[in-house]
Amino acid sequence: MSVETTTVSVPEGRPALLLAEYETPGACMKAAEKLRDAGFTKFDTHTPFPIHGMDAAMGMGDSKLGWIVLVMGITGLMTGIALITYANGIDYPIIVGGKPAISIPAYVPVCFELTILLSAFGAVFGMFGLNQLPRHHHPVFESDRFKAATDDKFFVSVEYADPKFDADRTPELIASTHPNHIEIIEDTES
Amino acid sequence: MSFDAPIKAIGEKDLVAPKSTFKSITEAVARVTENPAPKGWWIAFLTAFSFTGVLLGSIGYLFWKGVGVWGNNSPVGWAWDITNFVWWVGIGHAGTLISAVLFLFRQKWRTSINRFAEAMTIFAVICALIFPGIHVGRVWHAYYLAPIPNQMGIWPNFKSPLLWDVFAVSTYFTVSSLFWFVGLIPDLATLRDRAKNSLRRMVYGFLALGWRGSNRHWQNYERAYMILAALSTPLVLSVHSVVSFDFATSVEPGWHTTIFPPYFVAGAVFSGFAMVMTLLLIARSVFKLTDLVTMTHVELMNKIMLATGSLVGYAYAMEFFIAWYSGNEYERYVFINRATGPYAWAYWIMISCNVISPQLFWSKRLRTNIPLSFVVSIFINIGMWFERFVIIVTSLHRDFIPSSWGYFHPTLVDITTYLGSLGLFFTLFLLFLRWVPMIAIAELKSILPEADPHHGEHHDEAHEGDSHGEPALATTAEGH
Repeated sequence: MSVETTTVSVPEGRPALLLAEYETPGACMKAAEKLRDAGFTKFDTHTPFPIHGMDAAMGMGDSKLGWIVLVMGITGLMTGIALITYANGIDYPIIVGGKPAISIPAYVPVCFELTILLSAFGAVFGMFGLNQLPRHHHPVFESDRFKAATDDKFFVSVEYADPKFDADRTPELIASTHPNHIEIIEDTES
Repeated sequence: MSFDAPIKAIGEKDLVAPKSTFKSITEAVARVTENPAPKGWWIAFLTAFSFTGVLLGSIGYLFWKGVGVWGNNSPVGWAWDITNFVWWVGIGHAGTLISAVLFLFRQKWRTSINRFAEAMTIFAVICALIFPGIHVGRVWHAYYLAPIPNQMGIWPNFKSPLLWDVFAVSTYFTVSSLFWFVGLIPDLATLRDRAKNSLRRMVYGFLALGWRGSNRHWQNYERAYMILAALSTPLVLSVHSVVSFDFATSVEPGWHTTIFPPYFVAGAVFSGFAMVMTLLLIARSVFKLTDLVTMTHVELMNKIMLATGSLVGYAYAMEFFIAWYSGNEYERYVFINRATGPYAWAYWIMISCNVISPQLFWSKRLRTNIPLSFVVSIFINIGMWFERFVIIVTSLHRDFIPSSWGYFHPTLVDITTYLGSLGLFFTLFLLFLRWVPMIAIAELKSILPEADPHHGEHHDEAHEGDSHGEPALATTAEGH
């Protein structure tokens, strides 16, 4: 257990974290599995790229994003139908080329494009919503070593708020997973 | 064999140079945005930027004097304006094909070039969007492109393909921009974390939205990326199909053909890949990215150009055949006139650039030859511009009655507007190369062998029951 440990302070009122740095995706994933098996729920891994199998290693369920996109896609389709029917069918019907004012085949391109457009909005902004982004202030950013999380290092963070968290035993559990380094990010003023 | 298998196991070559590590990828890509720009960049940028000025001047003059400053006449009511529009939209298509379609097909080689190609899409569509807006004549009525009723309370005609086109191209632009930005978020975070001064940290930090590489985020992020790819794939097919409806739904010999949607889409992919190749070969040598953009990429792209070029050639032949087989004498005349009439020169430029030049790529020696690839990509760019010119102008210039026959001569303003749009495109592209990671850092890392969490373990455990690629897998792992 000769893992180097340092402490970084965070401003009062921010959640405190335990942050461990790993050299490889495999080591990071093993640590996540260990935390999952110990019953932790408020922990996370931070990696430069998505790692296959990490969702299962962390015991996460499936993403709910698809449902948001479905709802938005249907909204887009309905918007298209309503817009065309109102504009060319009800508000100011004009006969062009002898076709009826409400001509279903001509709906297809615009309705299709609006379905795609609103689905894409759903996918992007739904993802931001589920991830609670943008969020420019997070305790992990207090750590200087954490800058490598977008380069070549792999991190595990455990929140003090986790019901399983124990100020003595959790660092030991983390140390047993062979991290490069452990950092305690806490409110040292209180 | 699963798509997650190491790349060597499925019989492919290395996608990045063998010595690459996570760190070296970050370095190679990020340093381009951090080091001072090379002198060549400044020369190119200032040249491109002055052409952007030419574009603004030409458009200003057009607005001041009216559409008469162009060579458009009766019967040639659509000329370079719509040619340029279709050409630019088409160029955009390769970006989406690379970023979305190849992603869904798990073509991992796309990773080195997708960012680049997506940026090209967005800038090409910006150039394309200028032309329908400025060719309306009375520009103060341009709002009528959007579904807004005019002063008489009349709405735009939703049965018109021109209106569909507005929806298709603007949706395409919006979705491509979102897709591009989503892909950029992790890389902007990389630049934020490497920032040496507070301005860079603020700007990249703001744009990175506080990305912290969390796996709880990656899950939704990857899902969003996949959904966007799945949405973009039918979208990209629809965009050029709708562009082709502008022609195909009119009762005009030479335009009124059912082959147009697939033929336009194939042509769009063809021209887009040519433009990606042109830009990539320049950027690769200027910014020394030969480790990340390898000969494999060049060769695969040349193969796609060979395939789509042959599709386009087939479409030209099939149009001719149907013109004869239909028995419609107007249709027949338009096609014979294309190949032998006053615009025969344009037709044969199109055929030699688009159909003949990519056939060189049947030879492996030629398709792995960088200077030749560059020259052919330029030929294809030219040929595809002429394709649109031939379709538009030769179909229009001889109307049904010989008294309504004419010939189109471009004016100086036609030429400066076109060159100016190239200037705008290259201005945006050079700014992109300089300030945005031009290769998707996070994605490229994920295809390294070290990115596999089971890398370096015994393979009997990691890939149980998978006998097919075992020896290759073992070699990959021992290599590191």
